[in-house]
Amino acid sequence: MLRQHSYWQLFSAVCKKDLQLAFRQRAEIVNPLLFFLIVITLFPLAIGPEPGLLARMAPGIIWVAALLSTMLGLDKLFREDFNDGSLEQLIASSYPLSLTVLGKVVAHWIITGVPLVLMTPLFALLLNLDNQALLATVLTLLLGTPLLSFIGAIGAGLTVGLQKGGILMSLLVLPLYIPVLIFATSAIDTSTMSLDYSGQLAILGAMLVIAVISAPIAISSALKVSVS
Amino acid sequence: MWKWLHPYAKAERAYQLCNTLLPYFAVITVVCMLVGWVWGLAYAPADYQQKDSYRIIFIHVPSAILSMGAYSSMAIAAVIALVWQLRNAELAVIAIAPVGACVTAIALITGAAWGKPMWGAWWVWDARLTSELILLFLYLGVLSLYHAFEDKKAAGRAASILAIVGVINLPIIHFSVEWWNTLHQGATITKFDTKAIDSSMFWPLMVNIVAFAGFVGTVTLMRLKNEILQREKHRPWVRQLLNRG
Amino acid sequence: MQLAGPNGAGKTSLLRIIAGFSTPDEGQVIWQGESIAKNYDEFARELLFIGHKTGVNGQLSAIENVRFWLQIQGYDTKQDLYSLLAKIGLVGLEDVPVRTLSAGQQRRVALIRLWLNNAKLWVLDEPFTALDKAGIAFLQQRFLSHLAQGGAILLTTHQDLTTHFNELQTVTLEYRH
Repeated sequence: MLRQHSYWQLFSAVCKKDLQLAFRQRAEIVNPLLFFLIVITLFPLAIGPEPGLLARMAPGIIWVAALLSTMLGLDKLFREDFNDGSLEQLIASSYPLSLTVLGKVVAHWIITGVPLVLMTPLFALLLNLDNQALLATVLTLLLGTPLLSFIGAIGAGLTVGLQKGGILMSLLVLPLYIPVLIFATSAIDTSTMSLDYSGQLAILGAMLVIAVISAPIAISSALKVSVS
Repeated sequence: MWKWLHPYAKAERAYQLCNTLLPYFAVITVVCMLVGWVWGLAYAPADYQQKDSYRIIFIHVPSAILSMGAYSSMAIAAVIALVWQLRNAELAVIAIAPVGACVTAIALITGAAWGKPMWGAWWVWDARLTSELILLFLYLGVLSLYHAFEDKKAAGRAASILAIVGVINLPIIHFSVEWWNTLHQGATITKFDTKAIDSSMFWPLMVNIVAFAGFVGTVTLMRLKNEILQREKHRPWVRQLLNRG
Repeated sequence: MQLAGPNGAGKTSLLRIIAGFSTPDEGQVIWQGESIAKNYDEFARELLFIGHKTGVNGQLSAIENVRFWLQIQGYDTKQDLYSLLAKIGLVGLEDVPVRTLSAGQQRRVALIRLWLNNAKLWVLDEPFTALDKAGIAFLQQRFLSHLAQGGAILLTTHQDLTTHFNELQTVTLEYRH
């Protein structure tokens, strides 16, 4: 039995499995998007349809909706693997667990984050955002949604062993999302004033780098606790 | 480090350590609190702008400082718990968490009470108040995570991981809120404690901070003792202790 | 080696400690002179664990499950899996989602790993659950060949082993509060 160690093989296997499963149950991809769309629809109904007001509030609305819709998929991130015992097999593999975790988080981002980015022009239309702001929104979502996946996965890992982990997870994760929310919305705000917002993007990028490096360690130790 | 920590891996030794430390903390707390409150609330001069209402800082500032201090000590205990696999440090994490949450709540309530005469509103989205509120959320997260687990061994480790994640995020959150606040300056009113504080107010404040630190230490040690006893309740040394009364 | 004992005696907990999922309250697990906590990855390379929860995903087909497992363990995936599946009695069922199979067939999907590894230590929690007589006999044949190659097996089971194993040792755990 030949055994060759390739980190890429592990990463792609884990990532591919999750994508495969998501594409077999497309509701997993579509439902968070619909949720996002409905939340966005609620705001004009709640605060009035005045275009100026909507454009002013759009960054906040889009980002709060993005936070909430990411939370929807997070609860399922490790749940299935935990229930059927795959998580144990992944821990008992001779590969580092943080690499496995990285694969799963990337898959989660492809399933929840990327469609959101692709749908942004539609949301911009609904909320009366101009092109400049649209570009800023796309850029912040591009940098920000993987961050949400990484931070959220820590909460998902900590609560996967619990019967009713969903609400608890949002309680743990949402406070940690605050910096992402602040910098992302401020970047969009700045762009509507035709000012340079590369500073905010740089901070988001720096946070993403920190998350990619440190979050997998936290997630894998959280998973080990949950499995024990 | 391990050599130094090793003896306290034993629950009994940790319990004894709590017992030796407890009287010192208790005495410091009682003495400093009496001195600090009488000095601060009765003898320190009234502020020329805020009159007597400023006196709430003798509670607000110490509790705000200790809310951060308690979180850092919790995170240090969490690191010790995870790196050196020390079960007693996990218990320390969970002993500190509710105390820290209470101190944070005190800081928020006194802050709001101070805000009413100063800003004319119970709550304004001031950077410090907002950070403090988020800190409270972080404490509550650690607590509810701990209580959600049935297996207390896993619970302690999960809470420790979350405490460390929180302490890494805390400066980022603090910085972002600070920055957000300067961005939306309109709502807030001038910061009043940026000006140098007079020494007649400074010293009673210091005494009060020490008193609060002593208080947090005392309550934490008492809670830690209880946690240790609870976990070790079937061990012979606890039985002996209980039989002795 | 067989672990025996009544329900709740701690057989599964012990297996999970040996596999390194849980940490013991006291003591440590030593594998080849070294604590497994020290160098878990090395130990994991020698270990095959199949627990109550078998690690088989119900949405995926048998072949996809096996292939995924081979990949996460770092084995070569370009081998003839179909004939192996046929050998174990899953002919014609390779491509249907595992959740539509019977309990015994699902167990077989999990147990295919026993033919696809070079781990020295097998830790198996109730491997015979839901298997029919022929399946149990077939599995025990595989145990024999693994032992012949110098491997070790640690398992829990409520059924008696029907094949004769020369080196069988039974450790019985007693229920104690």
